[in-house]
Amino acid sequence: MTPILEARHLSRHFGALRAVDDVSFSLAPGELLALIGPNGAGKSTCFNMLMGQLRPTAGTVILDGTDITGKKPRHIWRMGVGRTFQITATYASMTVAENVQVALLSHHRRTFAFLPYATRLYRDEARALLDTVGMADQADRHAAILAYGDLKRLEIAMALAHAPKLLLMDEPTAGMAPRERVALMQLVADIVAERGVSVLFTEHDMDVVFAHAHRIMVLNRGQLIANGAVEAIRADPKVQEVYLGGGTLFSAERAHA
Amino acid sequence: MGLFLAQLLTGLANAGALFMVASGLSLIFGVTRIVNFAHGSFYMLGAYVGYSLMQVLPGAVGFWGAIVLAGLIVGIIGALVEVLVLRQVYSAPELFQLVATFGVILVVQDLALMIWGPTDLLGPRAPGLEGIVRIMGEPVPQYDLALIAITPFVAIALWYLITRTRVGILVRAATQDREMVGALGVNQSLLFTGTFFLGCALAGLGGALQLPKGGADLLMDFTILAQVFVVVVIGGMGSLPGALLAAVLISVLNVFGVAYLPQSTLVLMYVVMVAVLMWRPFGLLGREEVAGELGQVGEPDRPVRPAGTAVRVLVAALLAVLAALPFWGGSFAVVLVTDILIFCLFAASLHFLLGQGGLVSFGHAAFFGGGAYVAALLVKYAGTPMELALILAPLGAGLVAIAIGWVALRATGVYFAMLTLAFAQLLWSLVFQWGDVTGGDDGLVGIWPARWASDNDVYFWLALVLSVGGILVLRHVAHAPFGYALRAARDNAPRAEAMGLDTKRIQHAAFAFAGMMAGVAGGLFVFSKGSVFPNEMEIARSFDALIVVFLGGVKTLSGGWVGGATFKGVEDLLVRFEYWRLALGLLIIVVVIVAPDGIVGGLRKLGERLGLLRPDEAPRGTAAPAAREPAE
Amino acid sequence: MDRKTFLKGLVAASLAAATAAPAAAQDGEPIKIGEINHYKRMAAFAEPYKMGIEMAVEEINAEGGVLGRPLEFVFRDDQGEPGEAIRIAEELMTREETAMVTGSILSNVGLAIASLAGNREFVYLAAEPLADAVTWEQGNPWTFRLRASTYMQAAMLAEAAAETDAMTYATIAPNYAYGKDAVAAFKEVLTELKPGVEFVAEQWPALFNIDAGAEVQALERAKPDAIYNVTFGPDLAKFVREGNTRGLFEGRQVYGLLSGEPEYMEPLGAEAPEGWIVTGYPWYDFEGDANAEFVSAYRERWDDTPKIGSLVGYATALSIAAAIEKAGSTESDAIRQAFEGLAVDTPAGEITYREIDNQSTLGAWVGRTELRDGAGVMVDWSYKDGADYLPSDERVRELRPSE
Repeated sequence: MTPILEARHLSRHFGALRAVDDVSFSLAPGELLALIGPNGAGKSTCFNMLMGQLRPTAGTVILDGTDITGKKPRHIWRMGVGRTFQITATYASMTVAENVQVALLSHHRRTFAFLPYATRLYRDEARALLDTVGMADQADRHAAILAYGDLKRLEIAMALAHAPKLLLMDEPTAGMAPRERVALMQLVADIVAERGVSVLFTEHDMDVVFAHAHRIMVLNRGQLIANGAVEAIRADPKVQEVYLGGGTLFSAERAHA
Repeated sequence: MGLFLAQLLTGLANAGALFMVASGLSLIFGVTRIVNFAHGSFYMLGAYVGYSLMQVLPGAVGFWGAIVLAGLIVGIIGALVEVLVLRQVYSAPELFQLVATFGVILVVQDLALMIWGPTDLLGPRAPGLEGIVRIMGEPVPQYDLALIAITPFVAIALWYLITRTRVGILVRAATQDREMVGALGVNQSLLFTGTFFLGCALAGLGGALQLPKGGADLLMDFTILAQVFVVVVIGGMGSLPGALLAAVLISVLNVFGVAYLPQSTLVLMYVVMVAVLMWRPFGLLGREEVAGELGQVGEPDRPVRPAGTAVRVLVAALLAVLAALPFWGGSFAVVLVTDILIFCLFAASLHFLLGQGGLVSFGHAAFFGGGAYVAALLVKYAGTPMELALILAPLGAGLVAIAIGWVALRATGVYFAMLTLAFAQLLWSLVFQWGDVTGGDDGLVGIWPARWASDNDVYFWLALVLSVGGILVLRHVAHAPFGYALRAARDNAPRAEAMGLDTKRIQHAAFAFAGMMAGVAGGLFVFSKGSVFPNEMEIARSFDALIVVFLGGVKTLSGGWVGGATFKGVEDLLVRFEYWRLALGLLIIVVVIVAPDGIVGGLRKLGERLGLLRPDEAPRGTAAPAAREPAE
Repeated sequence: MDRKTFLKGLVAASLAAATAAPAAAQDGEPIKIGEINHYKRMAAFAEPYKMGIEMAVEEINAEGGVLGRPLEFVFRDDQGEPGEAIRIAEELMTREETAMVTGSILSNVGLAIASLAGNREFVYLAAEPLADAVTWEQGNPWTFRLRASTYMQAAMLAEAAAETDAMTYATIAPNYAYGKDAVAAFKEVLTELKPGVEFVAEQWPALFNIDAGAEVQALERAKPDAIYNVTFGPDLAKFVREGNTRGLFEGRQVYGLLSGEPEYMEPLGAEAPEGWIVTGYPWYDFEGDANAEFVSAYRERWDDTPKIGSLVGYATALSIAAAIEKAGSTESDAIRQAFEGLAVDTPAGEITYREIDNQSTLGAWVGRTELRDGAGVMVDWSYKDGADYLPSDERVRELRPSE
């Protein structure tokens, strides 16, 4: 099966600093792949190169067989890649439903329409998407007054608007309470299962990662030091070393699970 | 060679006062993020206060003492303005404070007229420095040399203050990260007041120092303002070395421009500015605006909703009453309301750009005046009928907007604003200078409506249809997908880009659209007045629109036209009184303090507090019905 | 449209209409005249002008007014904006029911009102605006002008210049229509009178934003025999100071358009230039004529010295009174016809509003500047009748659009 996403020898240097150094991996369709690593390991840099916010110093990114290296985020989005941000990025001046509707408008290429009332367009679709993330009851609330966890879910609904084949999620549970995190990742896992979307996500919280990821990649100082199934990563001494001996982390995970 | 050197020295001497005024403005902007429109007024005050002190204080000591004292006194006045006015509105939307500073301009103008009278005052000469020195045979005034000596001294003192003292470190930290300074437990309000004191003192010093080269007059506030803006922007806003570099650059270029391109005196500065900003969008030594730094401050906009049936009926009824004005209002009311309607459309077009797009344009008059000139030129040279001219005016203005937007949108925030200002000034100087075609400041006259519309009442109806129609179109577009895309780009550009939206293209289209609507207003204006002059493109006209948009309320849908109607109406009343500028200035300041959300925003909040309007915290839909809907 | 604001406007406006003349003992409704000016923006010029009008109105009303009715001026401020001036003119002619309109100092505002007057068919007397276009290129039957135009005053100086040996000239004029007209007229007339002259430099500083040091250097570089100056106000002060300091004027004849008017001369104080040939208003040296009478009456009335604006304002009110008296009515068309060929006695002598172009023949004083008691004055002056400095009738007909 051809991978949905493939990174080949990706590198990004800031002066002498090699934020990402020769990273290669691939993501299979329907896979939920986690990218973990300590702070400053290069996760966000890596992410931004995949989505086009940052140009790689070297290497290529292949989406579904097409080279997308150096393309702009909006072009990559058009090719079926959705994304959520580490700090939730929604439109504060709109209602919850309108946030999703804007994504739908963009998907249907209606953003330069001057005539119709936007709130009346794709409202049902938006509601269905919000329903997927359990936000339908808040559809007409002002996005600016939502709780943080709800904003995260709204963002997922927005990212799903163009039925992406790939979803890039930068720390989807950052800033959430532990119980909310589990619920949110469960939601993501369900979406992967139901829609066959592939997901690549970065994450700090190991509970979340080990509970839901199909496969895990570990990044340290810009280099990929491990890549494998959950159990293999758990057992990898290099990974344990990176995570301060690791023991505490993994036992904590077990306690939660 | 001697002449070249002498010219260089003239340029350097001119740079002195310019640097001081510009560094003050730059400092204030860097620390407080306030674009101080009133900076020219402090410069003017410095000249007047210095003049008065020089009349009292004798001799050389008195002369230099007067200059220093003038700086201090103006600094104190500036600090007072900060404490009494600006401090009240720091939490208001981005750039809102500039409205307050505009009020200060008006107040200072009338106060200066009251205190010092209308006659120009000739500055005293510096005792002991009246003569010249011959350098390589060329005469160089001694005072020029004194200025050349003083400027580095002031610059070094500033440099020392900023880099070597604790206050300076705070100032620098604040320039780079305001929240951080607040988090460090620094008394922010004291820092801001201090910055205002210093910035205004520098302006006052500049005003007093130039006395021996000129004097004090009531027009000098606006005369210096454009120049200082140019210097600050070229140097990079918030950068003191940049201000020095740009002041020298502009002054020296001016001197050589005068000598070798004498016709260029109006244009040169703006050409340089545009060129520099195209090359370095943040000025020579400026720092790139961090995204979001100048983004929406304060609470976010409320979601917009299409008007309900009741509101539509009410609006239609009010419009019907307005349309009947010729039958109940008298003939002058028709003329006045025609003016107001046209201005409302102009304001609404800027409001669309500012409110929906978050794009603050300081040069919107380019499109109003542009539309007016397109129509007038067509009538004058092609005998175009009014109807066609009214259609082509917005198209012409839209084309101008496309061209300007193409360059200006490379920058963001205040730099975008300044670029629009520079282009508007360029266009203005072109119209002003190109007398053979545009009539220069003698304008184009005799542009009257077609016969069927020549009656004031009929023209009123035409203006009513087009202005109200235009305002409704602008309003509708805010509700249309394009309006949402525009707000998406404003609320969160990275998000919008990662959602397939080409934010720059959307903003460019919005810029052109707003320019077109301003062009409609401009076209209507020409035929209502029968003439057009470069005044319709100058900075003051752009500021008029900007002020009313802020006064009306940026974060509301109706702010533009409400502000426009209120301001024009009030102005028409106040100009009948002797000290109307003082009254208008104070009124603006009061509105700014009482209603930092603008008139509409303030009324909405008042309505919510009184229970007349539903507050935003419980919007429709949170209630049970929505939740009960089948989730299917 | 905010209707409330507007209604408030109506109420307040009727309360606030500024009135000037306390009526003497006449009966009947006053005859109202609209006066639009830049009272704030150009206060130094507008104030003496207004005082001149007020004095004339007092005198006229004391002698029985016009057509047996008191004369009343309604003064309004237009902020120096043509657009505002148009609206005010409409208001004056409709709501205030003024018989005609006068005013403006700035030429562009004057041209705007003139255009409106032509379209709406009411009389506009452009008292102060100097632009030639007011009575020529943009002239119309409804617009009259009192002051000697740019062309006329420039021609007076050109005539004086033609009598000297100077062959090379440099000009300095503010970079806008008035400056350009003034230079063009001076060049035209001087070249006609003295074909060999050469213009070696033309400097165009921005209005009220002169870079005086640089301008003086540029003029010096051209080494002209004589200099023709059109700058005024703060620009003139800076130019004179830099010129004096740098010795630009030494050994050179300077011709200054309007430079001798008290409005411009007085602020210069003891630094007023000496030896310039200027047009101006030597009120201090009038003796035993109508001018002297006016000056003393003015000083008595206002406890202030007159400016040229005072005289213009005074003559404006006299002209309007004379026109309405001659018309015998306040109908626009009657006033228009009365103005054509109207002769008015002013302190400066009798003037006529020419039928051919509606331009009055009011002249100007030309003289040499000198310092007296620490202030600049004009000496060796003479009054030049405006009628002598106008182009031929054929030329005027060419310039003026056909009526």
